[in-house]
Amino acid sequence: MPGEVVLETNGLTVRFGGVTAVDRVDFALRERELRCLIGPNGAGKSTFFKCLTGMLQPSDGQVYLRGEPVSGLGPHRLARLGVGIKTQVPSVMNGLSVHENVWLAARRRSGDANAGTLQALEAVGIADLRRELVGQLSHGQRQLVELAIVLAAKPWLILLDEPAAGLSGEEVERMVGILRGLVEHATLIVVEHDMHFIRQIAETVTVFHQGRVIAQAPVEDVLEDPLVRDVYLGRSL
Amino acid sequence: MNSRILMMEAGRVLVGTLVCALVLPFIVDVHTATLLTIYAMLALSLGFIWGFGGILCFGQAAFYGLGAYTYALAAINFNGAWAAFALAILVPAVFAGLLGALMFYGRLSDVYLAVVTLVVTLILFKFFNSTAGPTYRIGEARLGGFNGIPGFPTLTVPGDPGTYIYGAGLFYFTIALLALVYLGLRLTLLSPFGRIIVSLRENEERTELLGYDVRFYKSAAFALSGGLAGLAGCLFANWAEIVTPGLFSLGQSAEIIIWVIVGGLGTLIGPMIGAALLGYLKFVLGHQSAVDNSFIMGVLLIVVVLFLQEGLVPTVARFMKAGLRRPSSKKSRRQRRRKRAVSNAG
Repeated sequence: MPGEVVLETNGLTVRFGGVTAVDRVDFALRERELRCLIGPNGAGKSTFFKCLTGMLQPSDGQVYLRGEPVSGLGPHRLARLGVGIKTQVPSVMNGLSVHENVWLAARRRSGDANAGTLQALEAVGIADLRRELVGQLSHGQRQLVELAIVLAAKPWLILLDEPAAGLSGEEVERMVGILRGLVEHATLIVVEHDMHFIRQIAETVTVFHQGRVIAQAPVEDVLEDPLVRDVYLGRSL
Repeated sequence: MNSRILMMEAGRVLVGTLVCALVLPFIVDVHTATLLTIYAMLALSLGFIWGFGGILCFGQAAFYGLGAYTYALAAINFNGAWAAFALAILVPAVFAGLLGALMFYGRLSDVYLAVVTLVVTLILFKFFNSTAGPTYRIGEARLGGFNGIPGFPTLTVPGDPGTYIYGAGLFYFTIALLALVYLGLRLTLLSPFGRIIVSLRENEERTELLGYDVRFYKSAAFALSGGLAGLAGCLFANWAEIVTPGLFSLGQSAEIIIWVIVGGLGTLIGPMIGAALLGYLKFVLGHQSAVDNSFIMGVLLIVVVLFLQEGLVPTVARFMKAGLRRPSSKKSRRQRRRKRAVSNAG
């Protein structure tokens, strides 16, 4: 069961010149909760993610991790605080082997880096690919490599941007299983468009539109919300 | 890293060094062989930071010149060549580290980084050129303007200050140092630090998201590269027995980049071979006046960029690998014959 609030944003705003990508977002997430973010393209979901990892600094507002303000900290500082992110386009080291990619994450943690690497690779089911060059793998396999990189660092807050994109049906099923296992000991936010996938993993969904949160409710309620259907899902659903 | 890998690497380097040390003096005279070895060290310093760290430095000549000048100035003032030798590595390394920190903590992109390093080289070139006259001196040593600094004490055998290291002695000392530097870089690349440097080249954003402070690692790698270029400069000062502002010239900076491209970016051997080959070519071309040296170098660079994009060493390595994989003609003839026999029997 979800516990105390571990992630909170107050009035989080990101502006790019005259465009407001994230507009005064108040957001709270409890420990060991799995929350899905949905919304049309350009709704501000990825920008919101980047603020949480320090890849972007907010123009206004604040991010709190376990009650501590963290806006202004760089990505490496937030990673050390236990935040891990899987980006929309797999952000991996194409010129290195699968093992080297994951090893670099595993050695950030105490203990045997090689054992940590193997554990992460087995968790996502790609241990047999460990000697392969990442650049030679398929998109779906690189998605899994990136997920293994994130898991190897053992973060307590995991942000996943479209983890099911480009995966085959079998790989999607495996991803569902992985995420269900992860939420036992980590807090997750998942950006996704695939409603079938979302139904399988999340209880609560937050809907972004034009940089704002327009709805937040259990999946089935959100699907019935006329505003959400209008701006994202389409009236014919 | 286990001791087996260390021993294997050391063994390979030892064999390679012995072969070079024995063969080179038969191809060129010892004086030229020493210079080619120094060029190889200089190319290696850029090959490391560019080929493995992904940082294109247009100002490697700045650290090279600083190493040479530091040695000359310190050798005159300290009257002890080995202290000067250590300073000639330390000063460029610290200078490169500070310059790197300024650029990397300032989040300068690649193009601006290239411009800044180029401008720093130009500033040093202009500065040392305009230091003629007795006003410009550090301790006992006059900077000497465009004439440079001649007549400083060179390296002596440790424990025997009266015996200078020169000629064949300087060649063997230089090639031994090059072997040590090469081995050191190989081991660095196998270490966690080296792996992080390579991951920076591959994906800086992901490296940062893993919790590594990329600014620190880039600055440290830049300092290491600067220190190695300084060592090459120090050896050059001992070889030439004079240092001039020409060491900071744009031509020198460009030449190092060409050596690395021709030899093969992303390898440690490639830049050394590129430097030795092109250095030798320049030496040979220096004996004729029909065609301008720079023109031939430029043409060569264009040819390599167009037809050997990976550089000499990776291209040769690829061909050798392909050759090893292909069955020998005798064997393949035998295989074809056997296939024919099987199909006929069918």
